[in-house]
Amino acid sequence: MNKLTSRIDKERLLLGIAAPLLAIVAALVITALVILATGKNPGPAFSDMMTYGFASDSQVYILNKATTYYLAGVSVAIGFRMNLFNIGVDGQYRLAAFFAAVLGGALTLPGWLSMLLILICAMATGAVWAAIAGVLKVTRGVSEVISTIMLNSIATAIIGYLLQPGKLAHLYQGGTVVATKPLPSASHFFLIDTGPGGELDGFIVVAALVGVAYWFVLGRTRFGYDLRTVGQSESAATASGVSVKKMVVTSMIISGAAAGLIGMPTLLNESYQFSSDFPTGIAFTGIAIALLGRNNPIGIALGALLWGFLERTTNHLEFQGYDKEILGVIQGVIVLCVVIAYEVVRRYGLKRQQQKVGAELAAQAAAPKKKLEVA
Amino acid sequence: MRRVAKISAACLATAALALSATACGKTSSDDASSSSSGGAKGGIKIGLAYDVGGRGDRSFNDSAARGADKAEKQFGGSIKELTAKTSDTEADREQRLQDLADAGYNPIVAVGYAYAPSVQKIAAKYPKTNFGIVDSVVDGKNVDSITFTEEQSSYLAGVAAALKTKKSHVGFIGGVDNPLIKKFQAGYVQGVHDTNPKVKVDVQYLSHGQDTSGFSSPDKGQQAAQGMLDNGADVIYAAAGSSGTGAIEAVNGVKGAWAIGVDSDQYNIPGMEKYKSSILTSAVKNVDVGVFDFIQSVKNGKPLTGNNVYSLAKGGVSLATSGGYLKDIQPKLDAAKQKIVDGKIKVKTTP
Repeated sequence: MNKLTSRIDKERLLLGIAAPLLAIVAALVITALVILATGKNPGPAFSDMMTYGFASDSQVYILNKATTYYLAGVSVAIGFRMNLFNIGVDGQYRLAAFFAAVLGGALTLPGWLSMLLILICAMATGAVWAAIAGVLKVTRGVSEVISTIMLNSIATAIIGYLLQPGKLAHLYQGGTVVATKPLPSASHFFLIDTGPGGELDGFIVVAALVGVAYWFVLGRTRFGYDLRTVGQSESAATASGVSVKKMVVTSMIISGAAAGLIGMPTLLNESYQFSSDFPTGIAFTGIAIALLGRNNPIGIALGALLWGFLERTTNHLEFQGYDKEILGVIQGVIVLCVVIAYEVVRRYGLKRQQQKVGAELAAQAAAPKKKLEVA
Repeated sequence: MRRVAKISAACLATAALALSATACGKTSSDDASSSSSGGAKGGIKIGLAYDVGGRGDRSFNDSAARGADKAEKQFGGSIKELTAKTSDTEADREQRLQDLADAGYNPIVAVGYAYAPSVQKIAAKYPKTNFGIVDSVVDGKNVDSITFTEEQSSYLAGVAAALKTKKSHVGFIGGVDNPLIKKFQAGYVQGVHDTNPKVKVDVQYLSHGQDTSGFSSPDKGQQAAQGMLDNGADVIYAAAGSSGTGAIEAVNGVKGAWAIGVDSDQYNIPGMEKYKSSILTSAVKNVDVGVFDFIQSVKNGKPLTGNNVYSLAKGGVSLATSGGYLKDIQPKLDAAKQKIVDGKIKVKTTP
């Protein structure tokens, strides 16, 4: 029996690796065809991506980008595991980063304390914003997809209203940039100096911790089990005594709190203030990355790294004379291929399982017959 | 088994990361400097880093492109263009400028105020390369800050609007409520009220804060303009990028109403022929002049540095006269212009 389970797991592992691999290979082939169709040679493009992408400063860039993307992927994945489509991560992280920046600019406490407060403020803001959608869903039955999209727009409007000189922001750089007051240098998060490669965001450590927490809470606790159960079947969860409503609100809150951290690498390690050009739309990247990583903490990390790699290298492709739209094409194709590849592999796995079970049953059915014949 | 596989996968991933981050000491600049030397065609190598929208936006970026094109034609050489995305972070903008600098492009023009911090950083790293930044001010020995007095041309647009309105009611449509567009609003409103304090000015912004869709949504421009027209306004000034075309379209549907364009002379823009009869004038911002001046100065070996303000006096901004609809009020406009140039009128930069 023991041997049997280990064999099935090995196969599952193989199948699990096969899907993303298949997707990436298919995406590469399609991208090569697209580049060919634009009248250029894909060979040098790919080799340029490899040499440029593995230079040390590129690696620092990729890790920094991936830090943000990883947090986005995890916060989306928390909702996914629960069968909740939290599209509102975008509004949640922007609002969180904004209020955290305002708070951080106003604080004059010792560095570690104000950093802690900034993080708590960001997570709380994200959680509250996500909770609105959760409460609406359980009390009024509003689909979280609709409410979170609307909350994104409302978040934009709130930031637009408050990010004005005289309200919570000031004018900088010759009166061309509106931004919150910069954080005092004491509350800058630490940077890891990698020499000529540039500086690595210290927040990558926090991102890794979030990943571990995500893995532990969802995979190793009663709460995580309940959450996954609700995601797979609400009626089964209710039958086993789980309060679905409570789980919906709780998981939205956790997803929102994680979303609150998305803007933090940028705020605490790079810009130190929230201005009108604070990056937007990261959460949508997060959705793609969560899909790519199959909601798995390691998968999401690999997806985030892949995304960072693609952005870094395709930025450079534009420089080499390829069209800059290639990035969008590769990313879109990868996501599509991933979805298709997983489905193909899942069906293949199911079929194999059926065949195996069928074979076993046939063997069992055949065995007594033999005995009979002997008898 | 499963757990072991998972843990080993995690270890592998982290080990690979740690290795790749430390072991590979070569930076992309090392590679670039060795490979790019063969690429030069002679002449001047102009690097352009556009804001979101890039070449072809019929407005701001296009104007910068015109300046670079002119320089390329006149001096020979080549242009390399890179364009921003909305999801850009500081690192992306820095990468863009650094790629250009590494490949030996000089001068490098950053179009748009979003590039200010990255220009500051990269210019310090490449002291032998000349950088230009449009719409912002960056300190540096090798940086030319190209700024414009948009409020002055908007003031003149306001004077024209106040003189042309028959209903004593005009409108202003801004793309996004950022400080730059507020300069347009401030100048326009002041121009209107200095000419005729009784004229009412409606002000509307198409989007706010981080939502920059107001610069690229002709439908929003059209709705806003229609609302103002229905309210009784009959001259509308739209400082809203390509959304302005929607406003002009709406104005075109009302007899006797006028539209005022922005940045480029809208009367002469291909595709706007249908609406020519409604375009009173445009508050032109000659980004091309600023960009060309800068490239020329680098070519001549005396690169411009510091903050170069392209004012009304220097022809950096102006009020277009195409169409001839301003002929009857030209003397008054000239008088107002003279007062601004002489410093008798100080135009506000914030509303």
